[in-house]
Amino acid sequence: MLHQAPDTVPPPEPATGAAPVLELRGITKTFPGVRALGDVALALHPGQVTALIGENGAGKSTLVKVLTGIYQPDAGEIRLDGAPTRFPTALSATRAGVTAIHQETVLFDELTVAENVFLGHAPRGRFGLIDWPRTRRDAAAILERIGARLDPDTPLRDLGIASKHLVAIARALSVEARVVVMDEPTAALSRAEIEELYELVDRLKAEGKAILFISHKFDEIFRIADRYTVFRDGEMVDAGLIADVTEAQLVEKMVGRAVNTIFPKREARIGDPVLTVSGYCHPTEFEDIRFTLRRGEILGFYGLVGAGRSEFMQALFGVTKPSKGAIRIDDEVAVIRSPAEAVAKGIVYVPEDRGKQGAITALPIFQNVTLPSLSRTSRRGFLRLAEEFALARQYTERLDLRAASLDQPVGNLSGGNQQKVVIAKWLATAPKVIILDEPTKGIDVGSKAAVHEFMSELASQGLSVIMVSSEIPEILGMSDRVIVMREGRIAAEFEREGLTPEDLVRAAAGYGETA
Amino acid sequence: MTRLLKSRELVLSGAILALILLVESRFRGFAAPGNLAAVFNDTSVLIILALGQMAVILTKCIDLSVAANLALTGMVVATLNAAMPGLPVGLLILLAIGLGLVLGAFNGLLVWLLDIPPIVVTLGTLTIYRGLVFVVSGGEWINSFEMSASFTALPRATLLGLPVLSWVAIAVIALAWLLIRLTPLGRAFYATGGNPHAAVYTGIDVGRTRFMAFVLSGGLAGLCGYLWVSRYAVAYTDVALGFELDVVAACVIGGISIAGGVGSVGGAVLGALFLGVIKNALPVAGISPFWQLAISGAAIIIAVAFNARAERRPGRVILKRKEATA
Repeated sequence: MLHQAPDTVPPPEPATGAAPVLELRGITKTFPGVRALGDVALALHPGQVTALIGENGAGKSTLVKVLTGIYQPDAGEIRLDGAPTRFPTALSATRAGVTAIHQETVLFDELTVAENVFLGHAPRGRFGLIDWPRTRRDAAAILERIGARLDPDTPLRDLGIASKHLVAIARALSVEARVVVMDEPTAALSRAEIEELYELVDRLKAEGKAILFISHKFDEIFRIADRYTVFRDGEMVDAGLIADVTEAQLVEKMVGRAVNTIFPKREARIGDPVLTVSGYCHPTEFEDIRFTLRRGEILGFYGLVGAGRSEFMQALFGVTKPSKGAIRIDDEVAVIRSPAEAVAKGIVYVPEDRGKQGAITALPIFQNVTLPSLSRTSRRGFLRLAEEFALARQYTERLDLRAASLDQPVGNLSGGNQQKVVIAKWLATAPKVIILDEPTKGIDVGSKAAVHEFMSELASQGLSVIMVSSEIPEILGMSDRVIVMREGRIAAEFEREGLTPEDLVRAAAGYGETA
Repeated sequence: MTRLLKSRELVLSGAILALILLVESRFRGFAAPGNLAAVFNDTSVLIILALGQMAVILTKCIDLSVAANLALTGMVVATLNAAMPGLPVGLLILLAIGLGLVLGAFNGLLVWLLDIPPIVVTLGTLTIYRGLVFVVSGGEWINSFEMSASFTALPRATLLGLPVLSWVAIAVIALAWLLIRLTPLGRAFYATGGNPHAAVYTGIDVGRTRFMAFVLSGGLAGLCGYLWVSRYAVAYTDVALGFELDVVAACVIGGISIAGGVGSVGGAVLGALFLGVIKNALPVAGISPFWQLAISGAAIIIAVAFNARAERRPGRVILKRKEATA
């Protein structure tokens, strides 16, 4: 359903260089209940790096998927060298020379470097069989071109993360690429490796490739990009030349909106410390996490994706083991070695991925709700179904769950109702501390307000809430206090009063500090 | 799900009934109560093993070593009986169950602590246990005349018109139902297989739960070790060779999902009975044993196709929802 959108205003076009290789105009993409992209425009120029900037959920990933033929836009047009075109499949985008390096590399550990580079499009010899000598030669040539000193015959599993990334880049360049999309390519790399990546990007620029560079890190953007495009809430808010803006201006464009009106946070009386965490460390994921959580308090955890927030919460909940650190609950030293112990001590965790970690979809609603409370509903080692039903009814009614029967499998419920089952499950354990990991991710605006209202209510009843969120308005609206994590450490701690979106973004991205 | 399973059990009951009536229409007497009781008795061991296997499959694992476990425990108790006819049978039965538990626990520990895929673990222990049968027996058979009379008589003794073997199966069915439906461990089997990640977050120790399922399966296999060698009054290296496949097949036909987390005691029992009826009916109908294998195989495939179709529908809905929120 691609049609021309005649009234679309093209993005502000600074007068430099050649015409764009690839241009998107008026691209709109909606999913039921959510508009992921609304009338966005993007232009990619040969030999230039365009940085795509935006908060989590601003629509960057959706745009990449439209660009690479994975999603079909509902409206708008894609122009390649000025001519309208469309990418009905991922293969058609590849054939047109649009190639992407994803954040998490999609490679095969048991194959060699050369096999990975050419998987699916290896050069063919006689009888349509793969021409291995040529595959190796071509792979070696590409690796040399990007400055990667790798042997094409090395099995991929023997390589480190950075080298694997180079293989992914080689793979992206093994087709005749004209447009290269890099989705947070430096997320997993060390300082030195990032420098090498910059050099590679410079080389690709010199070859005349158009590069779309997605990153949260401002130092990177200013080091490498020629142009920028800012997305916010699925819309393009600005585009231009990097030379014309400052970091502060970009931050403002990224988050700029009124935030205090959206989320209700009731006044709650904040009481004594419930949970004190000191010096929590993990060998690879986080270091020296310390904070105190009080009764009735909502403590927000903000940070970029991959800052180690969920990893810390999982350690706090006993899913993984910290290497060091101590906690006190109600001023008593506590040790949590397993989720069962965490639940017994009054800490519960509502995970981010409710499909994978939340509900057991084949089990009926009541059995999901009572699963962590079975010791209370059973007697002398036997379950008592009547009590289970009663407990499940009490908490599902409190959450206003819509279901035909509590005997219905959770898999038949809608996403929002599944979320309610998971929350009811934890409330039924009568916890002291509830950890909500991205509580409103992927649910519609109406349900969001209900979740926020409910969080407020829990806090006003004296429950302490830890809310992990990547949404700035949610963090600002709901939290009494905010801890910002960056690269596994606490980067900053803010009180609610006078906190601005810019403070959060600066702390999370490390901008404004000497690197 | 309950409704779906109920209907699945209903379908299976209907299929068994139709099969019995079909055979009865050609060969009078098959459906006579006495003959049906004989069929049930003949299927008892399969039912008991299927219930143990069901617990394992519910946790998203599989136990391929049950038949080898049965052969080894059977050989050990038969050897002891032959060497020391004075040992009370009750003690030998406890010994068989105990040895079976240990063999099952060995599987469970490997799965739990070393995190090796269950199919690999039990394929390995299948071979080990089967090899140990040879080590214990030296390849010799133990025949009925070497066994004590009380050792071979117990399963055949009748109580209220049914052989003790059948009563044992009925008792195991009742206990399995209690365990699966009414204890936290039974609930943990479902949770572990239905969504291992979520189970961990709920405070269920997934490894321990799987271990318990293997122990249960092993203990029941040990019990069957005694029942098998005493009933047939013979023990040799190849006892119950390949029987683990019948056990898994009974579970699959009974609607126990190989993907874990879905299934019922009734389903496992009906699945075993379905195979039992086919095994007993085909010789009556004069069909060659080779066709019996083909027909059993076809039944498995039909059952799996049926289950897959029943399970796919909710899956699609979820997928749509995921796309919507992506």
